[in-house]
Parts: sequence; structure tokens; C-alpha cells
Amino acid sequence: MTNEAEFDKERVTAQIAEAVQAIEDAQSSSALRQLRDEYVGKNSVLARASQAIGKLPNDQKKEAGQLLGQLRAEFGRAFGAREAAVKKAEEEAKLAAEKVDVTLPVERHPLGARHPLAALTEDIQDFFVSMGWQISEGPEIDSEWYDFDALNFGPDHPARQMQDTFYVKGDKARDAAGFVGSNMVLRTQTSSDQVRGLIQRGVPLYMACTGRVFRTDELDATHTPVFHQCEALAVDKGLTMSDLKGTLDALAVAMFGPEAKTRLRPSYFPFTEPSAEMDLWFPDKKGGPGWIEWGGCGMVHPNVLRSAGLDPDVYTGFAFGVGIERALLLRHDINDMHDLVEGDIRFSKQFAMGE
Amino acid sequence: MPIVDIDWLKEHVDVPADLTVEQLSQDLVRIGLETETIHRSSVTGPVVVGRIVDFVKEPQKNGKTVSWCQVDCGEEHNVKEEDGTTRLRGIICGAPNVEKDALVVVALPGAVLPGDFAISVRKTYGHKSEGMCCSARELGMGDDHHGIILLREEGFSQEELKNIKPGDDALSLLHLNIPTLEINITPDRGYAFSYRGVAREYHHSTGEPFTDPIPELAAQAPQVEAGHQGDVEAAIEDDNPIHGVVGCDRYYLRAVRGFDPNAKTPNWMRRRLIRAGVRPHTLAVDVTNYVMLDLGQPLHAYDLDKLVPPIVVRRAHEGEKLVTLDGEEHVLSVEDLVITDSPNGERSSRILGLAGVMGGQYGEITADTKNILVESAHFDTVSIARTARRHKLPTDASHRFERGVDYAMQPAAAQDAIHLLTRYGQGVASDNPTDLNTTKEPQPIAFKVSEVKRLANLDTSTEDIAAILEDIGCTVAGGGNGTFIVTPPTWRPDLTIAPDLVEEVARLVGYDKIPTRIPSVPVVNPGLTPFQARQRKVAATLAEAGLVETLSYPFVGEKDFEEFALNAEQVKGESVEVRNPLAGDRPFMRTNLLYTLARTAQRNLRRGMRNVQIYEIGHVYRQDPNAPAIPALPGSVKPSEDQLKALEAGLPAQPLQVAAVLTGEAVAPGWWKDSRAIDWSDAVALARRVGERIGAELSMASLDEATNLPSDFNAGTWHPGRTAVVSFNGVYLGVAGELHPEVNKTLGLPEHSAAFNLDLTALFDTLSLQPLQAKPISTFPPVREDLAFMVEEKVSAQQLIDAIRRGGGESLESVELFDVYRGSDLGEGKKSLAFSVVYRSDSQTLTAAQAKEIRAAIVAECEKDLNAVLRV
Repeated sequence: MTNEAEFDKERVTAQIAEAVQAIEDAQSSSALRQLRDEYVGKNSVLARASQAIGKLPNDQKKEAGQLLGQLRAEFGRAFGAREAAVKKAEEEAKLAAEKVDVTLPVERHPLGARHPLAALTEDIQDFFVSMGWQISEGPEIDSEWYDFDALNFGPDHPARQMQDTFYVKGDKARDAAGFVGSNMVLRTQTSSDQVRGLIQRGVPLYMACTGRVFRTDELDATHTPVFHQCEALAVDKGLTMSDLKGTLDALAVAMFGPEAKTRLRPSYFPFTEPSAEMDLWFPDKKGGPGWIEWGGCGMVHPNVLRSAGLDPDVYTGFAFGVGIERALLLRHDINDMHDLVEGDIRFSKQFAMGE
Repeated sequence: MPIVDIDWLKEHVDVPADLTVEQLSQDLVRIGLETETIHRSSVTGPVVVGRIVDFVKEPQKNGKTVSWCQVDCGEEHNVKEEDGTTRLRGIICGAPNVEKDALVVVALPGAVLPGDFAISVRKTYGHKSEGMCCSARELGMGDDHHGIILLREEGFSQEELKNIKPGDDALSLLHLNIPTLEINITPDRGYAFSYRGVAREYHHSTGEPFTDPIPELAAQAPQVEAGHQGDVEAAIEDDNPIHGVVGCDRYYLRAVRGFDPNAKTPNWMRRRLIRAGVRPHTLAVDVTNYVMLDLGQPLHAYDLDKLVPPIVVRRAHEGEKLVTLDGEEHVLSVEDLVITDSPNGERSSRILGLAGVMGGQYGEITADTKNILVESAHFDTVSIARTARRHKLPTDASHRFERGVDYAMQPAAAQDAIHLLTRYGQGVASDNPTDLNTTKEPQPIAFKVSEVKRLANLDTSTEDIAAILEDIGCTVAGGGNGTFIVTPPTWRPDLTIAPDLVEEVARLVGYDKIPTRIPSVPVVNPGLTPFQARQRKVAATLAEAGLVETLSYPFVGEKDFEEFALNAEQVKGESVEVRNPLAGDRPFMRTNLLYTLARTAQRNLRRGMRNVQIYEIGHVYRQDPNAPAIPALPGSVKPSEDQLKALEAGLPAQPLQVAAVLTGEAVAPGWWKDSRAIDWSDAVALARRVGERIGAELSMASLDEATNLPSDFNAGTWHPGRTAVVSFNGVYLGVAGELHPEVNKTLGLPEHSAAFNLDLTALFDTLSLQPLQAKPISTFPPVREDLAFMVEEKVSAQQLIDAIRRGGGESLESVELFDVYRGSDLGEGKKSLAFSVVYRSDSQTLTAAQAKEIRAAIVAECEKDLNAVLRV
């Protein structure tokens, strides 16, 4: 074969037929590129034939040009189709090769966790916020006056005795009986913020106080000396036990689902009259739905209103207190208080950032 | 708390024949008497009456003598032989009181006695024993284990005994198959500490007819005037009343003479006492206990022959002592009320007991007592409560007196006791009792009927309200203008104000009848305060950053101070101390969250956890030693403004803190192969993150550069060179960095463990509440440059950044440190810090010349104060 430009109709036709066949068989982009160079490149038979057209007699030029155009198009069609197929296959092969095990652990910075008691406290606060109430906390170390006297606990009330209350050591103050001390306690109840709230925030007052309280109970499966309560206090004109019951039912539903409800039983607390023990209807109770004790409540005692300088003939109010630990134990079927107080990270991690 | 036996309850109120203890529980709960528990006998299976037909005493090598008994357990329960005949049961019995023909209680094979004691046929002492003759203790009927139960000694009447046959069910005979109900009594309902009171409450709940036993008993008692001195003289001489209330306002004495000391307590009374959890003694003691349980009046019985009147009720004198019945010696307080007599002509010289709490050893009833003096008194609730607590003597009597006993029933209760003593122990009751009585009539309450609606939202009619109040024992008068004059009964000292009466009406109508309503709340400062909202953001941010929130008790002690290398004396000086701590070695309240959070970290590490990275948000407490004393103020009165201030001023500071302890890996090890251990920088980064989350850019200073450390700062806790003092707007917030290697070692934390603690109260209070004022965003193109400065080691990154910012002025958009380099080419004590800076103008595209000017200004600023040299 020579590199001379010549127009050989049979040869160039056969060449392109051969090329189309080779394109069909090509398996890669690089093979296709080679074929392109070989059959339609600068030195290909087709290129030379193209150059040779000029030397043909004029009457043959048109026919020859048409033929070469057809052959070129034939090549192009085959090449284009094959190139797309090969590229697609190559792309797929590349992706297949990049496959990873997506089940590998990937958490370089795993999520931490809130403590479920803190999270539940926020949920309870949110319930009250949604009803338009204020949220207070109050000091954990408080005067005996706010924790007891203002709440109608007389100086001889059993709750004021050493077996229940952590007293703050001190030698500056004298109590009503003249005994030297600090007149301070680690608050025994979040109710300690009732009268402070009434005095500082004024009435009408709808206020929930959440936080830590302290009693001298040794830690065991059901007791802890440091625990959390939510106190609700509403003082306004015209409030009755109906408002208390309605608020309790709404809280029960918010905490324990649509089937939850509450029931009141007559009881006694120094700072409420009438007073009631509150039972919660708990659909998920072990051994079948049933009532369980959830907290105390009642209408604010006139002496408590008087402690805040309010006229009990003008204002009425209701108050209730629920244990947050108790709610948490119930909601999550936790059987041992130790899990709540020890700070074992495995316990909190179960709850992550919420439910 | 009291135990309710349906059989006994029936004495005062009708009950349905088929009343179960479960139903009783519901009936009483509804009215406010809570169930503590239901007591059921743990005896199951066949326990029958047997007659000892014959027995042989068989001495054993071990010194014991057992009886080989032939016991008739009735046709059905005797042993059936294979040939169809029956024979008596052979039973080995170790008790000394086996008697021929005695009726006994036999537990048959298959029975299970308390303590999971299963009875079976067993070989013992060479015989096959086919059952067990039971003692009272073995059946859970009390402590008596001196011998087996002989039914004729159980107090059945001759008539009853005649009808008892071998094979009869002994469980029902002894009431062991009937459960009892233990209830809780709230402190205001002392009267319910009796069958009389519970029966009345049951009546209130169910409407079943109730008969108060007191009026009839009172009518039977000799009628004497208040202050009457009877055949035993007495006096009340209280020279130290508490709160001005005399310790004893009614002292009633009545004697029984010629009592038979050998008289036995009848079976029904013994059984009731046992079932009420009271151990039977002699008839005289049993009767006083019985009347106390039945009517609620604690009684005391003395051996009259040992006493020398006058009997004087007075306060103890300084230094007096008393050995109480339980053998304990008590040094008495001048607040203790005591009962005394007057031997040798010395008035009130011998103490007989702590009034209303417990008797002394002298003067008690003994097995020889023939003449009995019954004391039926009413004591001040506060006095009794204080004495019982002071001497740690909570007794059945003190429980009742401190809750308040009906102060009109003393003669009736004594009458009841004397009736029982004379009926079962013969003797003659004195008709000349002593009755010192200064009790006052109950105070009437002006009760607006509308209060029921105002407080309880009940539409109970005026007639029904009056009927309810009369039913609970009140006298109701007036009512014309919608106001009743209500006089409470003597057994309800808790009823003093209108809301007390509303509660009575509401609970008798039923709390479940009160309609339900959700109050519409006026909009007054609702929602979370900025403080609360920020606290939540901080909490969530740290959890999202991978830390686990924990909560710890706030109590600390010497060991914590030592392990954190604190100056213990200094810390104690500003710590709140608890007077009665649970753990004696941790009496102080924490002044820093880290002290208790570190314990949580330790606990996790000891449990095998790794990468323990935890945080806590909580209060710390700091007592200013110069804080004023907190005043003692009365309740029910609003304190003055000055008093209110004083109540707050004396309280310790109780700021909210956040703290974290970080151990292990900052980036968890894994297949990505780029794990990294925790170091100081993680603590600093987290502290910064806390600030960033709420819009506060916190500044850091090294320990030696910081100028705002608090005076109580404990440097020993921290690594001196890897700790940042964290501030905001110049206000000290806390510390972030690596714990001192010694502290890490002492606490058992891994090397390089880091921590931070920040005062959130200080941060939140310093941080503006104004909304952020946004800067306009320039759309002109930026100029980026890298600038590396060589400085002395002591120059901090923060100082350079501040200088670059000053130099760059408004055109400097951002500055980021991207490399810290040290090398011999820089020379000793030098380092190079490389920054990527971006300039951008608000108003134009910066030209090359302008960028050059900015750079020159930056370089000049850095050279000026820090001797920084730009590296080219």
C-alpha cells in the first residue's frame, strides 16, 4: 500500500465496512479513539481518497464526493452509538469499583445526650408555656419563711423536723423559739417559690416552678435525697377546683398521652384547703391500666395568700406539685432510682436528644 | 397507721354482709382515708380443729421431751387406711402444754404457714408425724410460742366451745381467713385514728347508718362538774406552757377496786388486738389498748395501791430523769409534760411517766394489781409532739395526742374501759371520778354558703350543705343571710375556717362531682425568660457537640477539696454547710460543679466506659461570711419591704454553672484512622461554643496574663500552662483547659483530661438582651492574603489577632490562623503564626495599591506592640 492519494471506490468502501465492524467490536474509549485515527484520521484511506477527489475528472467528482460523504456518515453513526455505549459501561464500571460498605460506623463525632430528667423538665415547662404561664425556678437554698412559714407550716409542723429537712448550719439567726441557727433550709419543695412569686410578680399569677428539692431520704430504689418537682400555682379572681382539675387533666394528657386523666382524693396539706391527693390514670401501668399516686394539690390556703399580702376574700387560687422523677420512672418503665442519679452515660445515651 | 378489721368496724356502723376488704378500701379512699396496704394471712391449706385423744411423753437424748399424740381431726381429715377404715392422726408435738382432750389447731399436710413453712408428713423422733399442732406464732397470730394454742384458752364462751368440733376450719374460727385493711391518716384527721372515726367516715362514704358510741357511754359515766376532785386527788400545774397553751386541759381519773388480777382477756378482744397488731398483755392493759383503738382515747392504767395522791401533771424540772416502760432512761426537758405523784408528803416528787407518750416503770399494772386507776386525759398537741420527738418515742398514744383527741370524750372512754374491766375482771367501779377540765367550747365559724361555689364550683343546695355539716358532727345555726354559724364537733379541731368546711362539703359530695375547666390565662409575661431560653440553648449545644448530660448531688467534703488541690479552709469559709448531712463526710454544698461532676466521670470510668465526656448544668452555692442573718418571721402576714429584702440578702449566692469533664478521644478512633486524644483545646473550643450559641464572643487569657481572677480562684486544680481564663466583656466566667496532672492522677482520670466550668448566671446577666444589629453585606470582591508573623513565644495568638484587626480596620473582613511554626531557622524562643486575611470594601473594588496600604497598616500595628516581624 502506498500513501499516495488515490480514489479507489472499492477499497474505501471496504475500509469503512471494516471500520464499522471494528467499532462494533471495540470495548473501550481508547480502542475507539484508535479506530477513529486509523479509519478517518489524517492518513486513513478515506482521508487520502478525499484528497484524491480533486484529481478526478470533473464528471466523477460529484459522485465520488457523495460516496465519501455517505461513508463518513456511516462511520460517524457507528462510532457515535458505540462511543456512548462504551462510555456508559465505563462509567458504570467506575461507580461499581467505588462501592463501599455503607454500614460501616461513620460517626467521628457522635451525638451526645441530654439527661432525661432535664429534658422532661423542659417538656413540662413547655406545657405550661403553651398555656400562657410563667416559669420560675426559685433558690434551692431558701429561708425557712418561704419554705415553711409563708406556706402555713407552723413552727411545730412535723415536716420541719430534722428527719425530713436539710437545715443549713449557722449561728447568726434565731428562729421563732429562740434557737440559734441559720433560718435556712435546702428547700423541701418547689412550693417554696409560691409566695415569692406572688410578692415579686403580683396577681393575677399563673406560674410553674420547676427545679431541685431536697429531703433527708437515703438513696434507694424508690427514694433519692435530691429530686425534682414541678409546682403549679395560679392565683386570680374566680379560680375554683374546676380550674385545678382541668389543668391537671391537660398536664396528664401532655405527659402520658390522650388516655391519661386524673382523679382527686381528699387529703391534707398545710398550704391548701381544700386539699387533694392526685391520682393519675396510667394506661401503660404494669399489669394493666390503673390509678397511681402522682402528687398533691388543692386550693391555696387563705394564710398563704395573706403571707403574700393578698385578700383571700378577693383572690382564690390553686396549686399542685408533681414529682418529675416519678413521671420519668412511669413513662419509661425505669425500676431503679439509682439509674436516674448516678450519671452513668449509658443511661442518658438511651434518650439521646429526645424521644 | 391504723388497721381496720371489718368485724370490729361493724360495732359502730352497718356494713353489707358481703363487704370485702377491697370494697372497704375503695369506700374509704373516696372519702380521704388512703389505703396503706391490705394484710392477708399467709396461712393457706387445711388448718383444722383437732382433739388430743391420747398422748405419750417421750424424753429424747437431746434433753427435750416430745409428745406422741393421737389427734382426732374429724372424720374427713383423719387418716384413711387402704382398707377404707380411718384412724386418728399421729402427731409429734414438742410443746409443754399438751393435754388430753384439749382442742387444738392442727395444720394438715398441704398447709403452708407464714414464712413459707410447708407442712408435710415426715419422719421425726422415730414416728411418722402426720400434721402439726400450732402455736400462735406459727399461725402468724402474735409472738406467743410458749406452747400450742389450746382453744379453751382463746376466750370462747362455754356455749361457743361446745359447738367447736374436730375437723372444723380453724382459719375461720380464728379469723385468719379475713384480711384487714391498713389505712393512712392525714395529720388533720386525728379522730380517724379510731374505729369510731373510721366508722363515721365509712358512713359518710356509703350512707350506711352510724351510731356514735360516745353519747351513751357519757350518759353511763358518773356526772360530775368540771374541776371535781374525786376519790383520787389530782392537779394540773403547768408553769411552762408552750405557745401559751397549757399542756393538759383535761385530766380525768377513775378507779376500779377489787379487780381480779388473774382475770383473762376474752378471746374476741385478744383476737381483735392481735389483728390490729397490738400484742396482748394482761386484761387491764388489753382493755386500755382496746378502748384506745376503738374510741381513739389513749388511756393509762396505774396500780392505785402504789400511788400516793395527789397526782400532779406538770412540766419536768431541769435535770430530772425517767426510765420509761421500755427500760430506756431519758433526761427530761423543761418542756416535757410529766405525770407525778406525791410520796412521803412531798407533793409531785415522783415522776410516773411522760404524759401522753409513755409510762415509767413505777406505778404500772402488774400481775398482782387489784386496784386500778384509769387516766383519761387530753394533752396539748404541740407538747406531746415535741416530747415524742425529743425522746424518739413515737407511741400509739403520742400519735393520737399529737393529731388531736376529742376533748369531750374522756369520761366516756374511761366509762368504756371501766365497764370492760369490771365485766371481765370483776371489781367495783368508783362513782367518784376526778375531772379537771379547762377545755373550751369549739369556736363557731361564720360560713358563707357561697364559699362552696367560690372554691369548689359545686352547686350544692343550702339544705344539703347544712345536712352534710350536721352529719360530720357540726352544729349549724343561722343561715338567713346565706351565712351559717357552724360549730365544729369536739373531735374536729382541724375545722377552723370556711375553706375547711368547703373541703368537708366537697369530699362528702365527691371531688369527682366537681366539673372540669381549663382556666383562660391572661397574658402576663408568659413563656420562658431569656435566662431560661439561653440555658436550654447551652444544654442542647453541648449534647449536640457529643457530650452527655449528667446530674450529680451537690454535696462535697474534705476528700473533694483535697483531690482538687484546694485550700480547704478557704473553701469551707465560703461554703454553705448542712447541719444534718446524710453523708457525714460531705456536709458542704459545692462551690464549683466540677467537684461533683468529676465523681460522675470517675464512676463511669470505673464501670469500664471510655471517652467519658460529660457535662452538667446546675447551681453552685457561695455563702458570704458577712451576709446578714435571715430573720424568723411569722406566716400569714406579708413581711415589710425591709424584711423581704432581709430574707433575700442573707441567702447564699446560687449562680447557675455549666461544667464539663473530657477524657479519652476527641475524634473517636475508627477505620478513618485519624483519631485524636482530648486536650486542652477541646475544652476551650467547647467553652467558646457555649458563648457562640447565645451570641457571646468569649475571650481567653492564659492563667498568668489574666487580670480578673476571683480571689478564691484555685490555681492548683489546673495545668498552669494549658488553661484559659474565660471572660465576657471583662467579666470572669470560669476556666477551660487541661486539669493539673496531679489532679488527673489523684482523681484517676486519664492523662491530659480536660475540663471547663463557666458561670452562666454571670454570662447571661452580662449579655445584652438587645437584638443584634446586622451589618450590611458587601458585594464587592475580596482580596485574600496570607501573612506570617514571627513573634516571641510569649506573644499569644489572641494578641496578634487583635493587632491585625486594629491594623486592618473596617476593610478587614476576616482573619484566620492557619499555621503555627517553630524551627531552628527562627531562632530560640520564637514562633511563626500564619494568618489568612480577607480585605473587602463596602463601597468599591479594592485596588492593588489599596490592599498594599491595608497590609502595611496591619504590619505596622503588629510591629508596634508585639515586635512581630512579617515573614516574606
